[in-house]
Amino acid sequence: MGALVVLGILYFCAIFAGFLAPYEVSTQNLDKSFHPPTYITWKNGGFCVQQFEPDMENPGKYIKIEDSCVPVRFFAKGHPYRLLGFIPMERHLVQVASDSPEDRIYILGSDSMGRDIFSRLLYGAQISLSIGFIGITITMVLGFLVGGLSGYFGGKFDFMSMRFVELLMAIPGLYLLLALRSALAPYFESSQMYLVIVVILSLVGWAGTARIIRGLSLSIAQQQFVLAAQSMGQSTFKILIKHILPNLISYLLVAATLSIPAYILGEAALSFLGLGIQEPSASWGLMLKQAQEMRVFMLNYWWMFMPGVLIFVTVIAFNVLGDALRDIVDPRMKVNGGGIRKGGFGQ
Amino acid sequence: MFKYIFRRLFTIIPMLLGISFLVFILMYLAPGDVLSEARASRDISKEYIIEMEKLYGLNEPWYVQYGLWLKNVVTLNFGESWTYKMPVFDLLKQRVPATLTLAICALTFAWAIAIPLGVLAAIKKDSIFDRLSAMLAYAALSIPEFFLALLAVFFAARTGWFPIGGRTSITYSFMSGWEQFFDLAHHLILPTFVLGIGGVAGMMRIMRSNFLDHIRSEYVTTARAKGVPEGRIMFKHVFRNAINPLITSLGFAFSGLLSGALLVENVMNYPGLGLLVYDSFMKQDQYVVMAAVLVGCVMLMLGNLFADLLLAWVDPRIRVKAKES
Repeated sequence: MGALVVLGILYFCAIFAGFLAPYEVSTQNLDKSFHPPTYITWKNGGFCVQQFEPDMENPGKYIKIEDSCVPVRFFAKGHPYRLLGFIPMERHLVQVASDSPEDRIYILGSDSMGRDIFSRLLYGAQISLSIGFIGITITMVLGFLVGGLSGYFGGKFDFMSMRFVELLMAIPGLYLLLALRSALAPYFESSQMYLVIVVILSLVGWAGTARIIRGLSLSIAQQQFVLAAQSMGQSTFKILIKHILPNLISYLLVAATLSIPAYILGEAALSFLGLGIQEPSASWGLMLKQAQEMRVFMLNYWWMFMPGVLIFVTVIAFNVLGDALRDIVDPRMKVNGGGIRKGGFGQ
Repeated sequence: MFKYIFRRLFTIIPMLLGISFLVFILMYLAPGDVLSEARASRDISKEYIIEMEKLYGLNEPWYVQYGLWLKNVVTLNFGESWTYKMPVFDLLKQRVPATLTLAICALTFAWAIAIPLGVLAAIKKDSIFDRLSAMLAYAALSIPEFFLALLAVFFAARTGWFPIGGRTSITYSFMSGWEQFFDLAHHLILPTFVLGIGGVAGMMRIMRSNFLDHIRSEYVTTARAKGVPEGRIMFKHVFRNAINPLITSLGFAFSGLLSGALLVENVMNYPGLGLLVYDSFMKQDQYVVMAAVLVGCVMLMLGNLFADLLLAWVDPRIRVKAKES
């Protein structure tokens, strides 16, 4: 249950990112690159943010500016955005109320260009978290269509499609991902990259699901009620939807919940390699890529690793949720080698 | 036994054809080809480019290109790499052993840790140890591999105990034989750990659940009633049954290993097959990509074959079934 709460919080933050984030994705402040998280103190009856300036003696570090505590306003006006995509709003949860445009509140520090990590995390959450769902839908639909039909028909169709599925599964996942990406990328603009990645991830992922669904639907298709439906003259499609699908739903649900982490990780890996979401959008993988500098290691900018921590938390939550679901749905269905998840290694 | 191996090897060939064709089509669809960089650079004459095009058959329709490539592959000529300016085959000869060593080390590491831990967790079910290891397993399973690699590099940079990346030190060629071996091992430690840890988690849980399944079975009760010492039961009987699915998962493990190796090698600058695939993808080096992906798939299938053979060796029932069929 804790997993549900965690996931709920994460998705809430993602949906309301515009409201919760103090800044836009690409609001830069080049004077404050790699700024540590600002700490908030209580002064004059209100929260205020301590401002820092670059330390001339220790490059890369910051020291306090005395008496420069800038008050923090809640529900204040900031840059315009659209809540939920269509409600134009200007109020944000937290804003800095000061005359100087250089003052910032950095809840989780800033990156190399002075962009607020916290805001980028929230906007990145929108992308990273939603890719899982959309990808899963496409995969499940594809897997169900191919797997279900194979199991139901058997024979030549089954043989050909299973060979094709095995072909897809024989290529190491990331390699196929790269190949598809380089093949599809030039046909889309960079702003539509999101769609491309979702499509690619689904195309790579559906093979395994299709195989398992085919096994399951094979056993379902032998049942009596399917025979009855056939002799009644129901169309194939109707049989698929009305009879086979409901029996698969529990498995599909569990498999979906357990596969979403793979999609999130896949998208993060792609963005990390520079092949996924591009600038200026934010995505957790992209932010981790930017954390790969020597400066980050040498100067101990620990806050740059927050995206990784968030990915970790999300994936754990999904795994726990998936396991709990599986125990509810079918206690006999244990994790076996090469089953839903690739039992050992794997993204 | 040999007939079985032969048959398996036989089925690999159409698979390879299919895969190479798929990769070829994908590379073909991508804009640019082996010579895009050459065309863009100003000090390469047009005639040379035209010559190269004829040599590679770049202006031919795609089936001719593919046929040419196939013909070359049969004679082990995988073409030339434009970026590295050397035959692809030599390039592969350099890179593949590196990734193979890494993969095998990671696999051994994962197995060496996962199996004892899984057995212990099963034997001491519901104890603190069991719960702790379950939590650790979840955690290790969920960490994104490249993030772990990043943290490992961070750790290495801060403490200086391990090299930050690469396969060998700068002074490698000056070292004696033993020193070279230790140098290689030293560089391998962090990448092995990063690659292996994900596998540890999954395998430990599977091992534990399999073990638990078998502990409750009737033959264990019989053995206990017979007076067989508990240790013998666990290791001679339950263990051999429980390890069955794990060996099957070995085959799938390889796929994840190769994918993970790509990310880990990227972050830790380890010159292996994964890094080669990534670099040549970025540079549109078509022949390298095709050859590397092909080699990757071959490794995968050989790994599967090896896993199946190992299973047949460990589990006599499969041998009998194969003989009967």
